Amino acid sequence: MSILTWTWIIVGLSFMLYIGIAIWARAKTTGDFYVAAKQIHPVMNGMATGADWMSAASFISMAGLISFMGRDGAMYLMGWTGGYVLLAMLLAPYLRKYGKFTVPMFVGERYYSQTARVIAVICAIFVSFTYVAGQMRGVGVVFSRFLEVDINTGVIIGMAIVFLYAVMGGMKGITYTQVAQYCVLIMAYMIPAIFVSIMLTNNPIPQLGYGSTLSENGMKLLGTDGGYLLSKLDVIQKDLGFPAYTGRGAKSMIDVFAITFALMVGTAGLPHIIIRFFTTPTIKGARASAGWALFFIAILYTAAPAVASFARLNLVKTVHNQSYTEAPSWFKNWEKTGLVAWKDKNGDGKMQLAKGNAFKGKVAFDKTTTGQYGEKVVTTPIDDKSTNELYVDNDIIVLASPEIAKLPAWVVALVAAGGLAAALSTAAGLLLVIASAFSHDLLKSIIIKDATEKQELLWARFAAGGAVIVAGYFGINPPGFVAQVVAFAFGLAASSFFPVIVLGIFWKRATKEGAMSGMLSGIAFTAAYIIYFKFINPSANVAANWWFGISPEGIGTIGMLINFAVMIVVSKLTPEPPAEVQRMVESLRYPREIA
Amino acid sequence: MSQKRDLKEYWKRNLRYVAILLAIWFAVSYGAGIMFADALDSIKLAGFPLGFWFANQGSEIIFVLLIVVYVKLMNNLDHEFDVHEK
Repeated sequence: MSILTWTWIIVGLSFMLYIGIAIWARAKTTGDFYVAAKQIHPVMNGMATGADWMSAASFISMAGLISFMGRDGAMYLMGWTGGYVLLAMLLAPYLRKYGKFTVPMFVGERYYSQTARVIAVICAIFVSFTYVAGQMRGVGVVFSRFLEVDINTGVIIGMAIVFLYAVMGGMKGITYTQVAQYCVLIMAYMIPAIFVSIMLTNNPIPQLGYGSTLSENGMKLLGTDGGYLLSKLDVIQKDLGFPAYTGRGAKSMIDVFAITFALMVGTAGLPHIIIRFFTTPTIKGARASAGWALFFIAILYTAAPAVASFARLNLVKTVHNQSYTEAPSWFKNWEKTGLVAWKDKNGDGKMQLAKGNAFKGKVAFDKTTTGQYGEKVVTTPIDDKSTNELYVDNDIIVLASPEIAKLPAWVVALVAAGGLAAALSTAAGLLLVIASAFSHDLLKSIIIKDATEKQELLWARFAAGGAVIVAGYFGINPPGFVAQVVAFAFGLAASSFFPVIVLGIFWKRATKEGAMSGMLSGIAFTAAYIIYFKFINPSANVAANWWFGISPEGIGTIGMLINFAVMIVVSKLTPEPPAEVQRMVESLRYPREIA
Repeated sequence: MSQKRDLKEYWKRNLRYVAILLAIWFAVSYGAGIMFADALDSIKLAGFPLGFWFANQGSEIIFVLLIVVYVKLMNNLDHEFDVHEK
């Protein structure tokens, strides 16, 4: 059977499973809808959180990024896992003890201020929409390559599925679907990794395989002599003019430090992750959930660097110095999607990889003609500073690696289903945050205060439905700045929510004036820095112009420090919070109610 | 009154646990994985340069273990001070 048939079968089955779960887990109350009635077992919650967290970026893009960045790429691995330690120890148990539905609600009550709550709502909605747009693009990419439908049709199918289970099931439907999606995505990630690991090193555990020596078969496939896989990769990289794969990369240490920190703190400040810890039955369960979540995430995250180095080896060996006419079929398949491109700079008919960019700017094609060898003609000007002839988008590394390694068609199909599971599960979690921020924090508490539970539930469903449509719109008409705004989402979460929630829990003296001025100055600083370098003056976005050598991706770290500093100073200068708020903060510290 | 002193002690112990665990959290990722990675790379663990390994896998594995230890410590502490959920 062909890849296409297999993909329709596997993706179809997985979608049927999600819909079945959605029908079974319909939400009946607002408690069901917002926090799954707080009845989710910690192991299940851990899996669901894992799927919620691992987005199209983790599943599709991350290994590709690492494969191009070498050791610098590890900042994503550490940054997107380290936040769970902060969540487990500084946030989850206390927010669970607080026991309500949303993050803005906590901010509003802790800081005895509706204004603070509204600021938090706006941040939550902005951060979540930014993220959703990226997921929908991921859905589109998978559909267009593997199911050979139009990207827009792909996005609409994805929207319809999410709509069904997010609107019907709320948090309850989403959580159980995410458990299934975790299983699909982890199998889809691990099976090809295991295959390739055995192929190259005879070690069935990819996490260890990439630190092993090449097997006979691996040497034959790569056409090299024996030795450790990573040392071979270092040599190959250096031969092509790249820095050693395992050594220091292009980024400065302070920037790697700041980006890692912003990602960790940003993770701990993302509303769709925090909200997961409201769904466990007990405080003990909330602590354990964070551990289970990180355990399930770490399975994929420790395999990602293995996938990255296998893919890098296979990529270099299958395309570098190959003539285009004999290019492997995966190359031509992906060329159709515009995610790989080749321009014969030196006119030898062969594809050469080298340091630097093949083209100046975003790759575009002339749709009417093909080149001398049948390749697609790139209209983007070439970058003549580099002899590199190949553009390979980071996003295809994971999706194409089973094809590159010539694995069976069903494995390729499984990866497609996994990519969809990762994107859809994250999208659903985000949509729920948007829906609850809208219906619970804006409508119910500020606009229609006397809404009944039934009305509120209806509004929550409407809000989720509306959010799906907006997200779909962004998927079909992706704003050119999706990649840029991801830095924004993390920077904003790091510089707004994290300090306010942590001080809100650990420092009774934190006042509403402190919280509001801290949040606003943290966001204003971070947003101004990112907007300046990403949108107003992108040509100035080089290390020499950055403050302290920190790139816009890492500036959330400084924004967070500013937020903490402002909040502490202003809180000291303003009257202390009312006694009942201080009592509430005190009570968060003890799992049991103390009289 | 003694219960109040107990609660203070409970909170202090909690903060101490968190401080120690977060110090390890910082040391393995920012220390071994970033600041001292180059120096550690001269040591090899099978095919892995050690600094590279900490950044790619070591930190993540230790993060999971840190949470496991935290959960155990806190559950015991809750019982010791009789503030656990019933």
